[in-house]
Amino acid sequence: MEALIAKNVTKVYAEHKALDNVSLTIPEKTIFGLLGPNGAGKTTLIRIINQIINSDSGEILIFGEKLKPSHIEIIGYLPEERGLYKKMKVGEQLLYLAQLKGLSRKDAMARIKIWLEKFEIKDWWHKKVEDLSKGMAQKVQFISTVLHEPKLIILDEPFSGFDPVNAQLITEKILELKENGSTIIFSTHRMETVESLCDHIALINKSKKILEGPKKQVKEQYRSNTFLIEHRGNHFTLPSEKYEVKSQTRIEDDLFSTTLKAADGIKGNQVIKDLIDITEVYSFQEKLPTMADIFIGLVKADGDDALRKHLQEV
Amino acid sequence: MNKIWLIIQREFLTRVQKKSFLITTILVPLIFPAIIGVLVYIMKKEAESAKADTVQVVDESGKFIFENTKRYNFVPLSLSIDKAKDAYKQTKDFALLYIPPFDINKPEGMIIYTKENPSIEKVGGLESIIQDRIRDLKLEAYKIDKETLKSLKVSVNLKQINISETGEEKTSNAGILFWLGLALGILIYMFVLIYGIQIMQGVIDEKTSKIVEVIVSSVKPFQLMLGKVIGIASVGLLQFTIWIILISALSSGVLGYFGLKMPQQQAMEEVTKQLDNEEVKLAIDQQKSKTTEIFHSLFQLPLGKIAFIFVFYFLGGYLLYGALFAAVGSAVESMQESQQFQFPITLPLLIGYFGLFMFVLRDPHGSASFWLSIIPFTSPIAMVGRIGSGVPDQELLLSMFLLIAGFIFTTWIAGRIYRVGILMTGTKVSWKVLAKWFFMKS
Repeated sequence: MEALIAKNVTKVYAEHKALDNVSLTIPEKTIFGLLGPNGAGKTTLIRIINQIINSDSGEILIFGEKLKPSHIEIIGYLPEERGLYKKMKVGEQLLYLAQLKGLSRKDAMARIKIWLEKFEIKDWWHKKVEDLSKGMAQKVQFISTVLHEPKLIILDEPFSGFDPVNAQLITEKILELKENGSTIIFSTHRMETVESLCDHIALINKSKKILEGPKKQVKEQYRSNTFLIEHRGNHFTLPSEKYEVKSQTRIEDDLFSTTLKAADGIKGNQVIKDLIDITEVYSFQEKLPTMADIFIGLVKADGDDALRKHLQEV
Repeated sequence: MNKIWLIIQREFLTRVQKKSFLITTILVPLIFPAIIGVLVYIMKKEAESAKADTVQVVDESGKFIFENTKRYNFVPLSLSIDKAKDAYKQTKDFALLYIPPFDINKPEGMIIYTKENPSIEKVGGLESIIQDRIRDLKLEAYKIDKETLKSLKVSVNLKQINISETGEEKTSNAGILFWLGLALGILIYMFVLIYGIQIMQGVIDEKTSKIVEVIVSSVKPFQLMLGKVIGIASVGLLQFTIWIILISALSSGVLGYFGLKMPQQQAMEEVTKQLDNEEVKLAIDQQKSKTTEIFHSLFQLPLGKIAFIFVFYFLGGYLLYGALFAAVGSAVESMQESQQFQFPITLPLLIGYFGLFMFVLRDPHGSASFWLSIIPFTSPIAMVGRIGSGVPDQELLLSMFLLIAGFIFTTWIAGRIYRVGILMTGTKVSWKVLAKWFFMKS
């Protein structure tokens, strides 16, 4: 079952097209990375899913049902621009937000207690938000997002404002939520987050989706047959029609690290075979592209259609 | 609907639980009586401690016999006016009064010399002493004694009775109607303005604290706006109810305490003791009947109806303007920025307010009063201003209907601007932009 399917979603503002015929498929119980540079249209898409604004055309299905008002109760949304009522107490605030999401007062009370305990902030109930630090307020906001146990959680840059310790804590909670059956949409530019957490990704640039798929598959798609080898001695030459040395650095004394691009059709085993005859190989690995490489490459190339086509073909 | 109720609750509770709410709710009814009390006290003290002013008199007419009063000590001088002036300069006395020989039918040429500009009150006091003396002189000339004169003086109050179409007669009192209309009109004006600005402040806070994006992912912007407007209205109603209870309790308490010592009454009692004659009794009886008449006519007004209409216009006016204030709040990011949009909203409110003084209270049935109390933007103030003087039912119904239509209309307009405005940050907002938001499809 798909948690969310977007079909040809288009949104036009007076000045520009914010979303141009965007289609997405987000499988259930995955962490889905929605990537793209600032102003690409991510927030517009998220706002449409949250029914804050309506799309001009296209369709959104949530767990197979057309988007409808009651869906807000199964969606949890953490906007990029965080905000809470400054003068309200933490407990009251969470209670209010949970009730707006359709929880009964009693249930909300019980769950708030559990979550405050999870974050070890039980004694914050009577604290006013204006007296909290930024990181502390972020925790409260995160709790408010997941309190109603949403099946679909949308997190817009969830780690901004957290120190590494709390970022780790939030990461754990996110994985826990996934374990418990929630689907999570991440909107972010932080590639290390995408690298470590996401199962699926989609890249939106200039209002259009330019890439989508399981992370592994995307990486596979963008592998460039490049290998990273550590070896002793550099007095050798490789046949230039088969190999291209991208870079070579000395690690120590006679030990070198070389990035090698092999011609199409040459597999790793063949590379090793060719190498062991001419040098002493210490380590060998295929250099897969990082998400950052793919992201930057695609976004840069997006201005140039020919180059993009080329990249997609590679 | 359940969610609007949650929003109303939050708006209400967060405001009512604030210390500032408690303080203003209790202090405001105390402040006005306290200020009046202090002023009265100071005036009284000043009057008591004031020394009599010394007035030197050069009376060339020989017609005056000045008796010292509480306020003036008279020192007759038998000098020529020029010498008296020189002498006066050496003294610290308040004034030098010069009375030349005059004809009692044409009293002219009297001069008062002072060192600094005297107050109107002091000059007026002297004038009335001189006038009294001249009148007495005239009475003597016409051979009328004072007793005869007194019996000539009568005072008449016109008892006002309205005859309705059904032939029913009701006493009325223009004075009461004036003050009632004034008070109710001002109350509505204040309520709309104070709480309208609170709505705006609330919307700006939500927008700048960014909470609004979370809220509108749970409720429709229109629900949020409506919840806020109604929530703040209930705060206002509670506050006004407390004020009315406190003020009426306080004022009846204060009147009960000071009531026996009210100056006129006190004076009257003394007079009765001293002069136990028929005339005075008659005058007092007349006075008494006037007081009872005021109360009588107050209770003859359809108070229940007036109260209902007041609450109706109170809420109607608030809702009409409240939505507009919310729309302005949604468009801007600070109170300063809101100024340019606030003015056009408060303008019709001001027109209603000035209209109340210029037309409605003076002539409740004139055509300006009629239109002011029909047009929804001014009717909340104008209608309560003229309600006491009796408004035909069909006029009232038309005005009420238009007010309901009016606030549905402004709420609709405001809602369309609000839904776009609250999510817009960093845009330079002009009237053109607002219009664009209004027409933007959802």
